[in-house]
Amino acid sequence: MLLVLEQTLNGIQFGVTLFLMAAGLTLVFGIMNLVNLAHGSLYMLGAYLATTFFQRTGSFLAAVALALAATLVIGIVVELIALQTLYERDHLDQVLATFGLILFFNELVAIVWGRAAIYTKLPPWLSGHIELLPGVRYPLYRALVILVGLAVAALLWLLVSRTRLGMLIRAGASNRTMVSALGVNIRLLYTLVFGLGAALAGLAGLMAGPIYAVQIGMGEEILIQVFVVIVIGGIGSIRGALVGALVVGMVDTLGRAFLRPLLATVLSPSAADSAGPALASMLIYILMAAVLFFRPQGLFPASAR
Amino acid sequence: MTKTKMMRIALPAVLAAFVAAAPSVAQDKVKIGFITTLSGPQGVIGEHMKNSVELALDHLGRKVGGLPVEVIYGDDQQKPDVGKQVADEMLKRHNVHFVSGIIWSNVMLAVAPTVTGAGTMMIGTNAGPHDLAGKLCNERFFTTSWQNDQTPEAMGKYMQDQGITDVFVMAPNYPAGKDMVQGFKRYFKGKIVGEVYTKFPQQLDFQAELSQLRATNPKAVFVFYPGGFGIQYLKQYAEAGLRAKIPLYSVYTVDEISLPAVKEAALGQFETRYWSPDLKNAANEKYVGDFKKKFGKMPVFYGAQSYDGIMLIDSAVKAVKGDLKNQKGMIAAMRKADYPSTRGKYTYNVNHFPIQNFYLLKAVQGAGGEFEMQIQKTVFENHKDSYSKDCGMKW
Repeated sequence: MLLVLEQTLNGIQFGVTLFLMAAGLTLVFGIMNLVNLAHGSLYMLGAYLATTFFQRTGSFLAAVALALAATLVIGIVVELIALQTLYERDHLDQVLATFGLILFFNELVAIVWGRAAIYTKLPPWLSGHIELLPGVRYPLYRALVILVGLAVAALLWLLVSRTRLGMLIRAGASNRTMVSALGVNIRLLYTLVFGLGAALAGLAGLMAGPIYAVQIGMGEEILIQVFVVIVIGGIGSIRGALVGALVVGMVDTLGRAFLRPLLATVLSPSAADSAGPALASMLIYILMAAVLFFRPQGLFPASAR
Repeated sequence: MTKTKMMRIALPAVLAAFVAAAPSVAQDKVKIGFITTLSGPQGVIGEHMKNSVELALDHLGRKVGGLPVEVIYGDDQQKPDVGKQVADEMLKRHNVHFVSGIIWSNVMLAVAPTVTGAGTMMIGTNAGPHDLAGKLCNERFFTTSWQNDQTPEAMGKYMQDQGITDVFVMAPNYPAGKDMVQGFKRYFKGKIVGEVYTKFPQQLDFQAELSQLRATNPKAVFVFYPGGFGIQYLKQYAEAGLRAKIPLYSVYTVDEISLPAVKEAALGQFETRYWSPDLKNAANEKYVGDFKKKFGKMPVFYGAQSYDGIMLIDSAVKAVKGDLKNQKGMIAAMRKADYPSTRGKYTYNVNHFPIQNFYLLKAVQGAGGEFEMQIQKTVFENHKDSYSKDCGMKW
């Protein structure tokens, strides 16, 4: 039973990382109607920048703050230079252009940091364990990732549903012509939303850095799963992104942990050995297909549309 | 002005001279296509291999078998389909005489049959999937590395001799991962309490598997996580608080690429391997010394094998006196393994896989504070792979 609890925490931890990515992507997609494949590049940049700042300043918190600010600025610059011209084009053009951005950022990182993966150590005050229950030890850092992720989710919800900026974001999503007719600078709003999304991706990246290796292409690996999250949760919905991310994180982690022993009870051990890992890696895609079949608009579609 | 005019006249003349000379030049040049992973996270392995090929060419005076040489590097992006495309391009467009390299077993299984099927020699310098040692063995295929099972067999034997039992086994889910575990089990007869295969090549977070590992409470852990995966695994193993609790044994997980990155997290780690930088022989001392001088870091076994690959080709081209059409003669020469290998003298089995020694290595902190692998003892002498009996090749 304790193992189930521990694996559940692992699932939530993976889920909140996915959520931080999905939140930015779903806002940009749902509100600005822009397919941004380069979202993973911002995740990668967040990880690289935080690692470098940590090595230079020696303070983990300073590195986090600097990296967040930097990804926010990079996001805004990318939006101003590259993406503003794409809003009126169709999705295929956007896919092509943002795919180009992926290649650009990957090469840029290779030029600046080199091709070899870089590694960070956690500061000592983050590298311990906490005892949740007698016998259940969980890495402190991973517990912290869960807390930060849930806190960001709460803040985002407050921002979107309780503030003026959030009201404008929602209004922009339902009718952008009307919003600009009322005297709101919708371009500026888009730039801000994109910067916010970039910072969230950067946050996900910098938190993932000490767990995984910081390397070129790390963004593309997670991006596919993030798209699965958005499709399951419903495009343009923060609530959907949160639920979708937690569901995907859980299904993936628990599938990897328990599918094989479960199959072994009905199949022969050798059949379970080969079917278990294969099935576990397909599980989230099967889930996505099921959601698309029964609720094509996702679990929590943005109500405005 | 006059200069430009002169160029205008001179250039076509020079070009014409080159074109006229081209056919005879092409005949006297050895062309080697070297395929490895040069991009992405595992590109660091490819870089070591490429550097070692260049060092081998330096040592040979930029000639292979006395002939001028051209090495064409190809990037397989760690994908079998891309590897096959690159090999096709080398065969058809560049008309190479040899294809060499390949890190990953799944890529090798796609590339080797393509190359040998086209009548070209293939010199593998890392991956050794069991099919190529057994049923799919081919007279045009040689390897300067090992058959996948051999190294874990040595670790299995060592752990069996130590009387270790209740072992938890982990490896990535691809042909080499399966081979490694199979080789381990061939010599390890104790109890295996858990066997987990992780997603390849996407999975880099092993937290869920490590939770499962801790829950089964094993007495020892055996893993295979090559290149960048090894760094991830060792870091997460230490972070999960398992390093001090459960001894970890591995193959191809701690090497000269991962050691500088993980440092203390690998101290005391046992590995088995056929080669080590501290192996005492003239060829190895020259290779390790010059590699450190030229590239400023320790070489790794991926590089030593690639260095050997070029040396093996050199010995073959020498034996036929530069007659690259005499493939039979080159195959006969390679079977003798008559070149100064970085591992010392070895021989070839009927399936063209080496019969060689395997050593137990330990990660230690050297006198200068640097982390390095040191040979502890010899586990196997002249160890043969287990698949040569399935290979129908007659010498």
